[in-house]
Amino acid sequence: MKAIERYRLRLQRKRFLVRSWRKSRALELAVDRTSGIRRGDVLCFLTLRNEQVRLPYLLSYYRDRGVGHFLIVDNNSTDGLREYLIEQPDCSVWTTNAGYKAARFGMDWMNFLLGRYGHGHWCLTIDADEFLVYPFCDTRSLPALTYWLQASAIRSFGAMLVDMYPKGPMDAQTYRAGQDPFEIASWFDPGNYTINRNRLYYNLWIQGGPRARVFFRDAPAKAPALNKIPLVHWDRRYVYASSTHALLPRGLNLVYDEWGGEKASGCLLHAKFLSTFAGKAEEELQRRQHYAGSREYRAYHDRLRDNPDLWTRWSERYINWRQLETLGLMSKGNWA
Amino acid sequence: MSTLGFAMLVHEPLDRAAQVAQVWAEAGCPIVIHVDKVVPDPVYDAFVAGFADLPQVRFCARRHCEWGTWSLVAATQAAAAQMLAEFPEVRHVYLASGSCLPLRPTDALRDYLDANPKTDFIESVTTRDVPWIIGGLDAERFSFSFPFSWKRQRLLFDLWVGAQRKVGRHRPIPEGITPHLGSQWWCLTRQTLSAILEDPKRKLYERYFRRVWIPDESYFQTLVRLYSPRIESRSLTLSKFDFLGKPHIFYDDHLQLLRRSDCFVARKIWPRAERLYAAFLDDRISLAEAAEPNPGKIDRIFARAVEQRTRGRSGLYMQSRFPHWDWENGRTAAPYTVLSGFGDLFEDFPDWLSRVAECLTHGHLYAPERAEFAGGQEVFAGALSDSAALRDYHPTAFLTNLIWNTRGERQSFLFGPKDNQDIAWFLAADPNAHISIISGAWAVPLYHANRNFSELRETAAACQKIESACIDMLRSPQTKARVRIWTMAEFLEQPLERLGMLVEEIGMRNGRRLAEAPRLRPLDGFGQFLQNLKNQGMQPHLMGDFPAGFDPVEATRNAQKPYAVR
Repeated sequence: MKAIERYRLRLQRKRFLVRSWRKSRALELAVDRTSGIRRGDVLCFLTLRNEQVRLPYLLSYYRDRGVGHFLIVDNNSTDGLREYLIEQPDCSVWTTNAGYKAARFGMDWMNFLLGRYGHGHWCLTIDADEFLVYPFCDTRSLPALTYWLQASAIRSFGAMLVDMYPKGPMDAQTYRAGQDPFEIASWFDPGNYTINRNRLYYNLWIQGGPRARVFFRDAPAKAPALNKIPLVHWDRRYVYASSTHALLPRGLNLVYDEWGGEKASGCLLHAKFLSTFAGKAEEELQRRQHYAGSREYRAYHDRLRDNPDLWTRWSERYINWRQLETLGLMSKGNWA
Repeated sequence: MSTLGFAMLVHEPLDRAAQVAQVWAEAGCPIVIHVDKVVPDPVYDAFVAGFADLPQVRFCARRHCEWGTWSLVAATQAAAAQMLAEFPEVRHVYLASGSCLPLRPTDALRDYLDANPKTDFIESVTTRDVPWIIGGLDAERFSFSFPFSWKRQRLLFDLWVGAQRKVGRHRPIPEGITPHLGSQWWCLTRQTLSAILEDPKRKLYERYFRRVWIPDESYFQTLVRLYSPRIESRSLTLSKFDFLGKPHIFYDDHLQLLRRSDCFVARKIWPRAERLYAAFLDDRISLAEAAEPNPGKIDRIFARAVEQRTRGRSGLYMQSRFPHWDWENGRTAAPYTVLSGFGDLFEDFPDWLSRVAECLTHGHLYAPERAEFAGGQEVFAGALSDSAALRDYHPTAFLTNLIWNTRGERQSFLFGPKDNQDIAWFLAADPNAHISIISGAWAVPLYHANRNFSELRETAAACQKIESACIDMLRSPQTKARVRIWTMAEFLEQPLERLGMLVEEIGMRNGRRLAEAPRLRPLDGFGQFLQNLKNQGMQPHLMGDFPAGFDPVEATRNAQKPYAVR
């Protein structure tokens, strides 16, 4: 049975690879600076749509942490994002008008670019509102982390999504371009996450946080997944199977220890709940280009009318990675 | 010329190795460098050219080195032999790598060795006494053979090891030697080193060690025992390995730690640790001259890191720690108390217990409508929601989260047959759970309820069934919780003493006296109520023996007064 299962997953992986090549035909090269990628660079892969306001801070955040090059798919933006990106010296940009959903929520494009440019590199695949926090990120760069991961023969690094939110209504403070989003959305839920293990893909399925608490309190099974594996030492045979939640081959998903120990892990601070959110939710609901009939956005829409405050007196205010590690949301593992 | 020479094994990246070699060479020490064969020729040539003005830097024949194999020893032998032959004044040979960083001035190291001219600094311990051997291969390193590459031919490697284990292979160890192990970074005297290299039996030993696993940790470490007059069994290079045998790496933020260690050389250094290289190579800060190396603090930090990686934090379930059942090493983070029946028998029991005992007492956390957090809060520690749907989606995570989030403050909660029973087995199997049950007390609220008797009878039958199943489970041999079960009748014989016991076990809040007692619900006529249930054909047996005329009013009267337990 095991062998059949393995073979089925192998076929699935190959199908995803073929599919990524097929879907890549919709990508149109806008600017190619990939010749500037040096050996050993950490690469960052993004799919964006109308995220202009977020980009200045995002790029500077990851540049500061030592990302060498950004490879970006611009999915039909209309807010000047493309023009902005083309001017950046360390970005290579592809554009497409094709459907986000038809490209498995952008993952086909990402898989293509990862296979084409990421082979042999440490690759960070994120969304525009995700900010990676890892052990010692205040004193050590991403290449320092990847050097250790490689020396320890670790191929993938998990980072759970932590939803950040402001105190008070989301639209109370307007987010300006270039601003640190966590000046506004500086709070998070410290300890209400649930974990299930996926038997087929071996990844953990983590749910919880403010989204489960407020938007899915009556239907917790439908709450969005928070487990992510954004940082991988890529090989052209790898694929992301569903968002960055799970990879194939499935051994890459074993970013957790099963015998009582702790592996090193980080957090992706999720700057979703800002003043930009209501507009985004409305737009995404119209586009219907999101997972499971955009049910996540439907749930938001229903609740957003009464402008909910996600904050509680048990929320924690974000300080630094050591706080997240003390709370047990991430771990240094044996990196010291 | 110097009495101290360095043999360096380097591979890419070469720039840091060059920087370090430069520093040693400028201090007048001869160096023989072995550059790995994988380094492309043009890169190698440029590297060699960089030392054109330093005649005391020499290069030995290159070969490809692979971790865990003989090639590393062969490279070391070549470099050491060349050093002894070409620099006759050298007395101590220090083996270093390209990712080593000198932490103290070269003169300090030379002075230290001059003070110990006959001493060999090499970690050398027998397999029996080494705690740090990785991967189950300890004595087997020496009794098996390892012809396959661990890196490139893992399957063959594993199969071959497995096969040897099965047949109980025992390769003969050459006569006269006892296998020893230790760090591969050593500093040996000319006498000892030349004796090893010129040994007439060298061919014989080599043939044996070629097939030993990771011979660079055992070849010199074993043979040094034959010739050295004085072994100091420690390495002068600070080099730490984690539980999988991977080296710990030093970064810029280790600067102060490394400074205070007083070690001579550290490895392995992140090649881009600019501050470290700048601080230790360019500035030449001098330290307390005669200080002995003292890596204790660094040892502790790395030991703690390994502990976190292998044992983790008890009771924590998170993205990178998700243990199998029974491998949690502590299913929950701290002891807690589960109380069944107390809330039915006494009025406002949680409030009372929170007042007198050092714990926070919740209502029925697993109640069907909502989680009854203390004080009626809708959200509790860690932003846990009181939603029953969220809780029942993952009942165990709800509990482990609660206990983890409230580390430092003991928790208790009420539990009963009307609650979600999915958590029961987890409670029973958790040594941190202290469970006290007054069996049958669920009948008290029924007795006070204003409902039709047929309904009450049905509810009573259901409760009794659930509670007996629960009690059976708690009495099973797999139960690890601390369990105490009283029937209601037993409990009411001495309610105050029993409550006192409970509070004392948790810890009393103020001093050693119970200042107040909780109020017992009125029970006059309860015996008759049970009799009525019996008359309707149901047999209520969990509450113990209540005669129809039983009237425990005395107990309530007592309980209203402040009293001492003892």
